[in-house]
Amino acid sequence: MSVWEDLVGQGRAVAQLGEAAADARAVLEGSTARGAMTHAWLFTGPPGSGRSLAARAFAAALQCLDLAGPAGCGHCEACHQVLVGTHPDVAQVVPEGLSLGVEEAREIITRASRRPLRGRWQVTLIEDADRMTEQANNAVLKTVEEPPEHSVLLICAPSSEDLLPTIRSRCRLVGLVTPSGAEVAEVLVRRDGVDPAMAAFAARASQGHVGRARRLATDEEARRERRDVLALPRSLGTVATALAAAKDLVDAAKEESDRRTGARDAVERSSLETALGAGATGKGVTGSVRGGAGALKELEKRQRSRGTRTSRDALDRALVDLAAFYRDVLVVQLGTASDLVHGDLGEQAAVIARATTAEATLRRLDAVLACRAAVDANVAPLLAVEALALALRDA
Amino acid sequence: MPRTPAAAKADDLLAPLTLVVGDEELRVGRAVSEVLAAARRDDPQADVRDLVAAEVLPGDLPQLLGPSLFAERRVLVLRAAQDLDKAVVADLVDYAADPPDAVSVVLCHAGGAKGKALLTTFKGARRVDAPKMTKVGERRDFLRAELRSTGRQVSESAVTVLLDAVGNDLRELCSAASQLLSDTEGPVDDEVVGRYYRGRADLSGFAVADKAVEGDLAGALELVRYGAATGLAPVLVTSALAGSLRSIAQVASAGSGPAHAVASALGMPPWKVDKTRKQSRAWRPEGLSQALQAVAHADADVKGGAADQQYAVERALMAVVAARGAGR
Repeated sequence: MSVWEDLVGQGRAVAQLGEAAADARAVLEGSTARGAMTHAWLFTGPPGSGRSLAARAFAAALQCLDLAGPAGCGHCEACHQVLVGTHPDVAQVVPEGLSLGVEEAREIITRASRRPLRGRWQVTLIEDADRMTEQANNAVLKTVEEPPEHSVLLICAPSSEDLLPTIRSRCRLVGLVTPSGAEVAEVLVRRDGVDPAMAAFAARASQGHVGRARRLATDEEARRERRDVLALPRSLGTVATALAAAKDLVDAAKEESDRRTGARDAVERSSLETALGAGATGKGVTGSVRGGAGALKELEKRQRSRGTRTSRDALDRALVDLAAFYRDVLVVQLGTASDLVHGDLGEQAAVIARATTAEATLRRLDAVLACRAAVDANVAPLLAVEALALALRDA
Repeated sequence: MPRTPAAAKADDLLAPLTLVVGDEELRVGRAVSEVLAAARRDDPQADVRDLVAAEVLPGDLPQLLGPSLFAERRVLVLRAAQDLDKAVVADLVDYAADPPDAVSVVLCHAGGAKGKALLTTFKGARRVDAPKMTKVGERRDFLRAELRSTGRQVSESAVTVLLDAVGNDLRELCSAASQLLSDTEGPVDDEVVGRYYRGRADLSGFAVADKAVEGDLAGALELVRYGAATGLAPVLVTSALAGSLRSIAQVASAGSGPAHAVASALGMPPWKVDKTRKQSRAWRPEGLSQALQAVAHADADVKGGAADQQYAVERALMAVVAARGAGR
């Protein structure tokens, strides 16, 4: 199996990257290259289309040691190491907090200028580069402008607009597309052994987000959460029930993020405490533990930032589902023959479609999108969702 | 007869050893200056040393406390005594066991867990407590005692007005009180205080929100402008507004059961249920809906969405007051 296999419905990008990887070999061998390889790549595409997967596959293809076949064999030692994240010449940067600051960016570029240990390429992969601050952008820009030899920078962002124009113009663009429902369903059946009916449902409900589709197809809890979110349009009877529904939605997002980050937070904390000498006995232990209070505070700050982001992401996903529901209502109202995203809730969408007008549905869609923007702009999540529930009720 | 620590009394300002425990600067300062004043009354030539404990080295103490050539009174003040070196503490113990005449030591201890052994070592010494005042009631007691210290009559409402106007800083309260006492004669009531002090020093977003949901637009705007001048963050106003409106919606939909039952069902203190009930009478669901959406909009505005945060907040207040009558 080749490293490209996990990329669903991205034929064009795979062809482009394959050619670049082949050219990269030519560069290393000293033979004539055709200019398909360059030092900075920008992977763009909607969430779930596999930006970081594509970048990682490309990194593997660059490091691939099976020189007989096409680059990116997927079974040599180097490919394997890249894919599991242990290759010494591939650094992956995954911003977990709300932003990626200039200090981290400086660390990244220092590392990018080292010579590759294995003699091929020094690859630096930045996921979610849209979270880089402007200062961080500028720090990275220096490396993009004057790349050290054998250094390759892979930057992933939802859109090229998320980066400074000066960086954008120095990168080669790899545009990923939203895979079709059929393609996502096919990969779920083939790779995860999901039942075809379930795969089709999950592919549609996730709107082309491959990871989300897999979670919906394989995790009953994820399906329950989705049903809870989509129950909101039915709870808009009175102002009080609308407010209660808003609270439930926000609490669910918070709970989900706590569940995901809580265990990890505890492990990180206890390992740091152990490193600082907690629980040990002997001379100097109290001093070391007390002196480590600053490090613990720093850790807590990082964890809080990560928690905020995780719960914001969970809330955003819920809002995307909700927007899709009103899109379904609009589809019914306008009588177009498009597939419904939430096919299982077709009846509920039809009820709302009959009771309201298309204008009202458009106003509701706007309200959902405005709420996403508000959450992103740091408005108190509960207040933003309350305003949404009330706006949905008024429309 | 040498004075022993065990015999020390609270009113014996010139006890060989005084412990001042706590970190309320004003009260620590007062306790120390009381001792110094008493020493100077006793001997105008008194020799006063004021040192930070961490700077005192072992062996310094006998020199500092040794009998003076001219037999004047001596006072040694050690600040931050929790940082005292062990060897210096041992010197102090020797000193306290047999204090020379006309020498007083004042140890200022911050009151935390650090150096707590010092307090137990000198358990018998004269002790003055000066902890930080964290509760409103404590500050009120302090201010009342301050105003009445000269024997003047002081009304309870005068204390309230002064607290509201001056704020929570003890030093400021204290100077406000002494200023007031020297400027006025006769009993101190709220009218007298009102002549010199007006407004609120520590304004909270909740005070603004209360005015707004009660429909007092002028009052709310006055408070929020006052707040802007004294550093009340606009974010606190929008979040307090959202909280008030949310509580009104909850209480209004909880029905008219007894306050304590509603309180436990909503997880709200009973006094808040009573207060919110009064506020909720003028509100209808449609108005609440409008008001909350306006507040959400303002919250985005004050978090960077608008050029002028203050304008965004004032507009939200107007929207809330306008929505109050809506839907009837």
